[in-house]
Amino acid sequence: MEPIFNKQKRTGPVLFSEYKRGEGIKKALEIGRENVLFEMKSSKLKGRGGAGFPTSTKWMLTAAAKADEKFIVCNADEGEPGTFKDRVLLTEYPELVFDGMVIGGYTCGAKEGLVYLRGEYEYMLKFLEDYLAQMRKDNLLGKNILGKKDFDFDIKIRLGAGAYVCGEETALIESLEGQRGESRNRPPYPVNTGYNGRPTSVNNVETLAAAAHIIVKGGDWYAKVGTDKSSGSKLFSVSGDCKKPGVYELPFGTKVKELLKIVEAEDTKAVQVGGASGICIPESHFERALAYEDIPTGGSVMIFGKNRDMLKILKNFMEFFVEESCGQCTPCRIGNVKLLEGVEMIEKGEFTFEYIGKLKELGHTMQVASKCGLGQSSPNSFISIIDNFKDEILNKIEA
Amino acid sequence: MDNKKTSRAPVSQQEFKVPKPVDTNTIGGSITVELNEKKVSVPLGTTILEACRQNQIHIPTLCHHTDLCVAGVCRVCAVEVEGMRTLQAACAFPITAPIKVKTSTPQVRKARRHIIDLMLSEHYGECYSCIRNGNCELQSLAEEYGVDGYTFGHCDKPAYEIDKSSYSVVREMSKCILCKRCVRTCIDLQEVGVLESIGKGDKTHISTFMERPLADVICINCGQCINRCPTSALHANDPSDEIWAAIDDPTKHVVIQTAPSPRAAIGECFGVEPGTSMTQELNTALRRIGFDAVFDTNFTADLTIFEEGTELIIRLYKALVEKDNSMALPQFTSCSPGWVKYLEHFYPEFIPNLSTAKSPQQMFGAIIKTFYAQQIGVDPKDVVSVALMPCSAKKFECNRPEMTSSGYKDVDYGLTTRELGKMIKEAGIYLPEMPKSHFDSPFGDASGAGLIFGATGGVMEAALRSVIEFVTGVKVEDIFADANITPVRGFEGVKYVELPITAVGPVPEILQGLVKDWNWLKGATLKVAVAHGTANAKKVMDDIKRGGKFSECHFIEFMACPGGCIGGGGQPIPTSLEIRQARARAIYAEDESLEMRKSHDNPYVKMIYEKFFKEGPCGHLSHKLLHTHYTARGKFIS
Repeated sequence: MEPIFNKQKRTGPVLFSEYKRGEGIKKALEIGRENVLFEMKSSKLKGRGGAGFPTSTKWMLTAAAKADEKFIVCNADEGEPGTFKDRVLLTEYPELVFDGMVIGGYTCGAKEGLVYLRGEYEYMLKFLEDYLAQMRKDNLLGKNILGKKDFDFDIKIRLGAGAYVCGEETALIESLEGQRGESRNRPPYPVNTGYNGRPTSVNNVETLAAAAHIIVKGGDWYAKVGTDKSSGSKLFSVSGDCKKPGVYELPFGTKVKELLKIVEAEDTKAVQVGGASGICIPESHFERALAYEDIPTGGSVMIFGKNRDMLKILKNFMEFFVEESCGQCTPCRIGNVKLLEGVEMIEKGEFTFEYIGKLKELGHTMQVASKCGLGQSSPNSFISIIDNFKDEILNKIEA
Repeated sequence: MDNKKTSRAPVSQQEFKVPKPVDTNTIGGSITVELNEKKVSVPLGTTILEACRQNQIHIPTLCHHTDLCVAGVCRVCAVEVEGMRTLQAACAFPITAPIKVKTSTPQVRKARRHIIDLMLSEHYGECYSCIRNGNCELQSLAEEYGVDGYTFGHCDKPAYEIDKSSYSVVREMSKCILCKRCVRTCIDLQEVGVLESIGKGDKTHISTFMERPLADVICINCGQCINRCPTSALHANDPSDEIWAAIDDPTKHVVIQTAPSPRAAIGECFGVEPGTSMTQELNTALRRIGFDAVFDTNFTADLTIFEEGTELIIRLYKALVEKDNSMALPQFTSCSPGWVKYLEHFYPEFIPNLSTAKSPQQMFGAIIKTFYAQQIGVDPKDVVSVALMPCSAKKFECNRPEMTSSGYKDVDYGLTTRELGKMIKEAGIYLPEMPKSHFDSPFGDASGAGLIFGATGGVMEAALRSVIEFVTGVKVEDIFADANITPVRGFEGVKYVELPITAVGPVPEILQGLVKDWNWLKGATLKVAVAHGTANAKKVMDDIKRGGKFSECHFIEFMACPGGCIGGGGQPIPTSLEIRQARARAIYAEDESLEMRKSHDNPYVKMIYEKFFKEGPCGHLSHKLLHTHYTARGKFIS
């Protein structure tokens, strides 16, 4: 299928609202670094990859670090199963993402921006390169951007090679450096010791896109949307058993039930929020809100209807982690294998409750003892599905 | 010299990017932290692990090694840091804020136990059938945490085939727990880079380029990876069964030569403090095991000084007097087979610089099956020649096809310190209690100069003790107190020394066939350097390539292993800087206790030149038996 690069008719409170290319850059250069940071802080924008680190703090730390070079990295490794919102932003709203990078570069004092583009998105490479070339022509990239003396900034695109772990910011940096994709020890953090050992701000595609709007319309405007602890909006990649799957921009705090209604899902049994590394919630939790303070998410929403087999779903997730663990730390590399073995035991009916209990304890250890976010979140689906769908799983075995 | 780190290890893991304070008393130089509710002050940037160790708090570790950069992958050193959601790896967490650490909470203990259980579930085999039984860090951890069963199962089949292709290093990856110490040793400590993680997820394993057998990649056989492997995933290719068989065969005359470094370390196999010399106890033990003769490799170390020293003089004379540009200088030492193979792979264009003199092991091998066999009237085919070495690369070296100048395999088996320790135990001998005895004739005891070959700088010092006396006619003692040439000693990675030759003396008899006088060296400055560990060798070689100061050296000693042979890949495990320093001290102390400290004072060396190598050093017969040639291997092996 030919990729579609023309804008869809999308509407939304923030990201899908009106924005003119270069607008954010122009404004940022007008108001200056400090005010950019001020607007970012008042927007209360948090990282959209899922971890939710305040973006203004990240930029501030990168700006404050002393070094001969600094970098802004756009994390476009969108690898979480069930998420495809960055694809929409990159192909339909590249002006937001790239303007956000230039603003970030200006604010942090970086001269170079790197887009780490997921290997499977190679098809959009030419489109994006052409887009960057046009930006260079219009002096939105290059030397003395928009006439601002000594503000030089350019963007390069690098392709990933398919490892899920490279969406983790330090593994992404290792990969950018030409190393094996493996997460680093923290501290030191990338804001001090990132790409090539230099201060680096790694931001999600959606974060950068939001930043472009924030600079134009102000932090307070942005913070009005969403909840107190989760300001602004979020793009949700909705898939599974519903009539209208796709990418939706909804304010933070939207209830699961509301989302299901919008996408016209019926007879929903379970919703996996946050992709394979997220949690699986049953109908009794549909009143809960999608927000950092309740159900945090990077945006993936998978809807499972009444006829879905939860054990199969869990097995699929665990197989994914067994394969996609980078393999360096013990809890994640072997722990996921053990959890998958546990699922297979249940499948065959050859298990004890005691052992499943032990695996859940192991899952808790993985959540705290793994080296990076991959291993720390991989047991989430195991624990939540075993806890929330115990009856279904047991009934199936008895039958 | 370019001090920039040449390491290929990931930037973030080479060192912590935290400021290291010069004075810990300055403001911000120290930081107060709470370790298990006890307040202590530590220098900024100290890791939690170091801070705890300084305060008698034990934290288990596995992937951590004091010689290597931080990895933080095994996670067994997990601790709680107040305010952080997840547990932190104590080995990888630099203290830069006044944190509160707890090292033994229910969550920490459970996590550690889980991690050990997980490792055991994939660690193939049982302890009683393992070469590292009793000296395994995983086993110790299991004991420490009271493991009494396999909570998460135990693999019943090996996941990988054993790679026995290398003469030196055996890879048994089914026992690997992926601590990556070998990877870091190979790429960061040694800058060779043969081992790397391959595959991801549950398929992750340590392997070589294109998963080739170890014999078919650019492994230099240094065995440093073995010394740091916590389990038996990496171990040396053990010839002790064949050696027992030879000893038990009445038709075989089995001789053993013992290198200087094993005697300074073998006590460690018997629980003796590192740095305890066991030279003469070892001689007795070897005879009781059943070796027919016990020789001192230091004898051929002394011989090496003659051959290699003569070669250097020839090179210098041709270059300086005859202006022969084809003479490659600086001359490089060739006694470390790990270094030799490193050069053959990484700097093959510098093979002409490598001394053609064989290593002491191979010189001895050639002499044993010629001169010695004649002397005792035994057919060389019935002589089995064993070399006790601190080294795994010696196993490869004795199997090099060119090492058959006696008409037989000059050295049949290279035996490591660890393997001999095991043989001694098997023979029911407790080494430290052995009575003392001397080496056997006709090679007798050797000089202290030969002995110090074991430590970095030792070959250089031994050479200088002779060269200074040969050229200047002045006693070394008159220049360096007690003949201790301290500028070339010590564990600094690269050492550089200049020795001006202000006066010259008469040419000694043994060299009169080569040069008439030393006047051509008068006023010259002898420039020498010493490098140990191939990472340091790389720095020197790159400098030479750039035409830097090392390119103007005359003679450079290279040792593949950190610390020289005392830190060799065949030495007892564990290893650390402290242990290597203790072993070096033992060697230097023994040297100082000897009457005979210089190679040219060794009467047995004089004897062999009179009786056997009648044309003197670098003569025809010595060229045949004591010199060798090298192979340009390059980095690509088809």
